[in-house]
Amino acid sequence: MKRIALWTLSLAALVSFGATAQEGTLKKVKDTATITIGHRDASLPLSYYDDKQQPIGYAMDLCAKIVDAVKAELKLPKIDVKYQLVTSANRIPLMANGTIDLECGSTTNNVARQEQVWFTITHFVTANRWASKKSANLKTLADLKGKTIVSTAGSTNIKQITEINAAQNLGMNIISANGHPEAFQMVETGRAVAFVMDDIILAGLAAQSRAPGDYEISSVALSVEPYGIMLRKDDKAFKAVVDAAMTRIYKSGEINAIYSKWFEKPVPPKSVNMNLPMTAAFKKVVANPTSSGDPKVYE
Amino acid sequence: MSGYDFDVIQRSWVYLFRDGMTFTLTLTALAMVGGIFFGTLLAMMRLSKFRLLGLAAGGYVNLMRSLPLVLVIFWFFFLVPYIGAWIIGAKDPVKVGSFMSCLITFTMFEAAYYCEIMRAGIQSVARGQVWAGYALGLNYWLTMGKIVLPQAFRNMLPVLLTQTIILFQDTSLVYVISATDFLGAAAKVANRDYRLVEMYTFVAVVYFVVSFGLSTMVKTLQSRIAIIR
Amino acid sequence: MNYNWEWGIYLAAEPGGTGIYIKYLVIGLGWTLATALAAWVIALAIGSVVGTLRTTPHKWVVRLGNAYVEIFRNVPLIVQMFLWFFVVPELLPKALGDWVKQMAPPWGSYLPAVMCLGLYTSVRVAEQVKAGIGSLSRGQGMAGIALGLTLGQNYRFVLLPQAFRIVLPPLTSEFMNVIKNSSVALTIGLLELTGRARAMQEFSFKVFEAFAAATVIYLLTNLVVVYGMRALEKKVRVPGLISASPTAGGH
Repeated sequence: MKRIALWTLSLAALVSFGATAQEGTLKKVKDTATITIGHRDASLPLSYYDDKQQPIGYAMDLCAKIVDAVKAELKLPKIDVKYQLVTSANRIPLMANGTIDLECGSTTNNVARQEQVWFTITHFVTANRWASKKSANLKTLADLKGKTIVSTAGSTNIKQITEINAAQNLGMNIISANGHPEAFQMVETGRAVAFVMDDIILAGLAAQSRAPGDYEISSVALSVEPYGIMLRKDDKAFKAVVDAAMTRIYKSGEINAIYSKWFEKPVPPKSVNMNLPMTAAFKKVVANPTSSGDPKVYE
Repeated sequence: MSGYDFDVIQRSWVYLFRDGMTFTLTLTALAMVGGIFFGTLLAMMRLSKFRLLGLAAGGYVNLMRSLPLVLVIFWFFFLVPYIGAWIIGAKDPVKVGSFMSCLITFTMFEAAYYCEIMRAGIQSVARGQVWAGYALGLNYWLTMGKIVLPQAFRNMLPVLLTQTIILFQDTSLVYVISATDFLGAAAKVANRDYRLVEMYTFVAVVYFVVSFGLSTMVKTLQSRIAIIR
Repeated sequence: MNYNWEWGIYLAAEPGGTGIYIKYLVIGLGWTLATALAAWVIALAIGSVVGTLRTTPHKWVVRLGNAYVEIFRNVPLIVQMFLWFFVVPELLPKALGDWVKQMAPPWGSYLPAVMCLGLYTSVRVAEQVKAGIGSLSRGQGMAGIALGLTLGQNYRFVLLPQAFRIVLPPLTSEFMNVIKNSSVALTIGLLELTGRARAMQEFSFKVFEAFAAATVIYLLTNLVVVYGMRALEKKVRVPGLISASPTAGGH
C-alpha cells in the first residue's frame, strides 16, 4: 500500500514539474525552422486523406497560406512542414502539450474550448445536425426519443447531444465512436439510427458512401458551429500573424477561389462535388472576419 | 451485406503491409530490445543488496503489472512530452510523434514483464558461479556481464521470446490512440470502404499465422537448446 | 505550457446528467467488474473442461483442445473484440444479426465483450489446469484406476481437487488479468472504467486528473483482489500439498 502511494505521489510530482510557461510558437518555429500541422483523416472536404494517404483539403490550403505568411514574418528561407494526424479526441491535448503548432481541420470554436486553446478567424460555419436513413423518417428531435444514436468521441456534438438528452429526458442511447467513418458505419449497418455531427461532415460522408441516396440530413439544427484553425493559448504574437494572414486572404478575395475549389467542384479521391455555395453566415464572416466563439455572432 | 468483397484486401495490400505492418514490426523489435535492456537492469536492481534500489524497482514493476496496458498507453501518450521537457530542461513540452510515444510506452511497460523473466533467469544460475567469479577477482559488473547474464539469457530465451510474441500482439492496442499499426491501417480501410467483415477477418488471420509461426519456432528452439543437467 | 491542476473537477457535474465525475468513474468500475466476473465464470467453465480434456488419453480430443487453445491464443484480444462486435452479427442469419445489432448500449457492447474476454481467458485457464494436472504424480491417476474408478470419476474425485488447489495462485493472477483486459472493451463502446476516464478527459479537458483517478481505482481494486485471493487460498489449502510456482512471463 505504501509502495503504491509512494509511486502515485512521485508520478504526480514528476508531472507537475513539466508545467512551465510557453515561450511562443514564433520563437519555436524560428529556432527549428519546422512547423507541425495537425490534420484529420476523414473530414471531407476540409481536412482528409486522399487515396495516396496525403493530407489535403480546404483547411489545409488555408494553412499552407498561413505557413507562407509565418515564413515571411520570420524572414526564414524555408520552413519544414510536418504533418501529424489528429482525432477529435486528441487534437486539443496535442495542441496543449506542444505536439502540433496549428490544427487545420473541422474544429469548432467555442468559449469553453478557449480555456485550453485559441482559434484564429473562422474559416467555415456549419451546424450540428444528424444523418439518418431516409427510411427511418427521423425529422424532429422527438423522433429520436429512446433510440440509439452515435456521435464521434471528443466532439462538441457528442457533448451537446449528451446534455440535450439529459435536459429533455429523451432517453436516447448514445454510442461514442472513435472517428467519423466508424460512426457513419454504425448508421449504415443499423447499429444506430442517426449520426449527430456537423452537417458538412455528414454531407461528405454520405456523398462517399455506397448509396448516398439512402441518407438524409436533418433540417433541424441543434447549434451553430463555427470552425476555426487552432493554435496555442496565450500566444498573442502568433495569433496576430495568423489572424493577419487569414484577414488578408478574406479581404483580397483569395478565399473565393479556395472555397470554390473544395465546395463547388469535384474533389479527390472519388470526385465528389459538395455543391455547396457560400452560406450567408459565412459570407458575413468573410466581410467581417472574426474569431469569436460565441454562436450568436454567426446568426 | 450480399456479397463479400475480398478484393479490398488485394487493393489495400501495399498500404496495410508497407505502412501498417512495418509500424507493428518495428515497434515490436525496438520495444523488445529496449524492454529486455531495461528489464535486465530492473531485475539486477531487485536482486541487489541495496534495499532502496530493490524497493524502487519492485514498486515500478508492481505498478506496471497492476495497470491495464490501455491505460498506460493513454498515460504515456499525454505525459511523454512533459517528461521529455523535464528531462532535457526545456521550457516547452517536447514534441513527440506517435511512433516515439508508442515506443516509449511499450518499452517501459514490457520492461516490467521482462524484469520478472530475467529475475527468474538470474536466480536460476547457480550461486557457485557468482562466487567463482568473485574468487577470480572479478567485480560485480564483470561477474554479471560475463558469467551470470549470458547463462541467464540462455536459460530464459524461450520465455523471453514468448513474451515478445505477446508484445507483438499487444502492439495492436495502439489503436486506442489512433496510431496506424497493422490493425489501425486495416480499420481505416474497413471504415473507408465499408468492408468490416473482410478486413477484420484478414487481420485476425495474419496475426494468427505470424504468432503461431513464431511460437512454433520458439518451441523448436526450446527443444534444441535445452540444457540437460 | 501551463497545465492547470484542478482537483475540484472530480466534484463537477458530468454532461450526461448522471452525477459528478467521481460517481461517473465508479459506475465505470462497476461495469469493469461486471464484465470481468461474467467473463471469468465463462473462462473457468470452458477452460477447466478444455484443460482437462487435453490431459485425457484420447488423441483426437487432445488435438481439438490444442487447436482451440492455439486459435484463441494467437489472435490479439482487441482483434477478437472486433470480430465479436463487428463480424459475428454480420455472419448470423439476418433476423438474429439485426436483433443483435439493435441491442441498445451498453448491452450491445457488454455481451460481445463478455463472450470475447471469456473465451480469450479460458485458454489461459486451460493452460493452467493442464499444467496443474500434469504436475500431479502419475501414481495418483493410476491409484484411481486401480481402485476401479472410471475416467470421469478419476478426474472428479482424485485429480481435479488436487489440481485446482495447485493452480489457485496462478488463477489469481489470471483474474487480475481479466480485470485489466476488460479495458480493451472500450474499443467496442463499453463504458467501463478506462473508457469513462477517457470520456471524462474529452469532456473536461483535464487529462491527468481523469487518468490519475482511474489509475488509483485500478490499484485499489488490485489490492482487494490480491488480499481476497490470498484469503481464499488459505481456506482451501491442504497442508503438505506443494503448490506450483507462478509463471514468470505472460500478462
